[in-house]
Amino acid sequence: MSHETDTRDPGDLGPGFMDAAEVTVREGITRYVMGFVLASALTAASFYVLSTSLIWGPGIPVALVVLAIAQMGVHLVFFLHITTAPDNTNNVLALAFGVLIVALLIAGSLWIMDNLNQNMMSMPQMMQMQR
Amino acid sequence: MSASDTPFERAGDPYLVGRTRDWVSTGAGRGYVHATGHGEGGPASKRVIVGYGFWIFLLSDIVMFSAFFAAHAVLQTATAGGPSGRELFNWWSIVAQTAFLLVSSFTCGLSAVATEARHHLWTQVALLVTGLFGLAFLVLEGRDFANMVMQGAGPDRSAFLSSLFAVVGLHGLHVSAGLLWLGTMMAQVFVKGFRPDILRRLVCFNLFWHALDIIWVALFTVVYLIGLGR
Repeated sequence: MSHETDTRDPGDLGPGFMDAAEVTVREGITRYVMGFVLASALTAASFYVLSTSLIWGPGIPVALVVLAIAQMGVHLVFFLHITTAPDNTNNVLALAFGVLIVALLIAGSLWIMDNLNQNMMSMPQMMQMQR
Repeated sequence: MSASDTPFERAGDPYLVGRTRDWVSTGAGRGYVHATGHGEGGPASKRVIVGYGFWIFLLSDIVMFSAFFAAHAVLQTATAGGPSGRELFNWWSIVAQTAFLLVSSFTCGLSAVATEARHHLWTQVALLVTGLFGLAFLVLEGRDFANMVMQGAGPDRSAFLSSLFAVVGLHGLHVSAGLLWLGTMMAQVFVKGFRPDILRRLVCFNLFWHALDIIWVALFTVVYLIGLGR
């Protein structure tokens, strides 16, 4: 619109906005640098976990998943600016619903397929049946 | 001044005719100052609505990805006598791809800061760097895919490899689409400047690019790191 001006709206926040009126350029950059440092540290930790013998073998996938979830949290807060502030309620609710669906889909698939695998006849038994 | 003009009265009905006191007009849309997701204060500005709508799209995209992830997690050991991840994956290539995508996500964030400051040159520079790192990521991924196919470990070799190419390829397609979008945005900022509609598109592009990096975090963890450990 032609009469739209260039002034800021202090309460106008959605995902991806760093422009609450009081955020300056310096603060904006600081925020992204903090996110970048944290994410880098968590990524490095993930790669380190795999190459070290400090962690008990079967615990490695668990450690990797925990580090990945932590890093996704860092990305959401520092890069996508999803916070618990009241102006973010809608975004957080949508995110919660997305997380619910994703968790059901992945955990459900793994559970069902593992159960099928355990109940499936082994190959030699199958051959015997066909004889 | 009429009775309905007191702050108390105005807070009552957001749709009251003539309620213009906290109606604002910003660089990227118009709306009420207090319309910030509290469920009060009248319609939010177009910018907030566009951001929210795109966020819903991104979440549905992530739900689609989760189906591909579930398939891969189930089929990760179904190598049908073929090569496993331990024999196929190139450690340093994965490290480099992860680093490139993380840096490009960071520079994408810097472009948003430059856009907020309405600085043309830095916006373009940050977007260009973002695009170059994204391109480097795609080149490495394409090289890995080509190497695997040359070794006879293409998507037709085993269920494990089919699901691997599907989930990594889907992410690669998203990055390719993101690069096209990025080029388009650079051209639009150059030609049209920081118009309200261009600013809204930049916000959506930023969200898209950061979401791709979130998906890559899940990808390098589930597909590559856990795959290497199997």
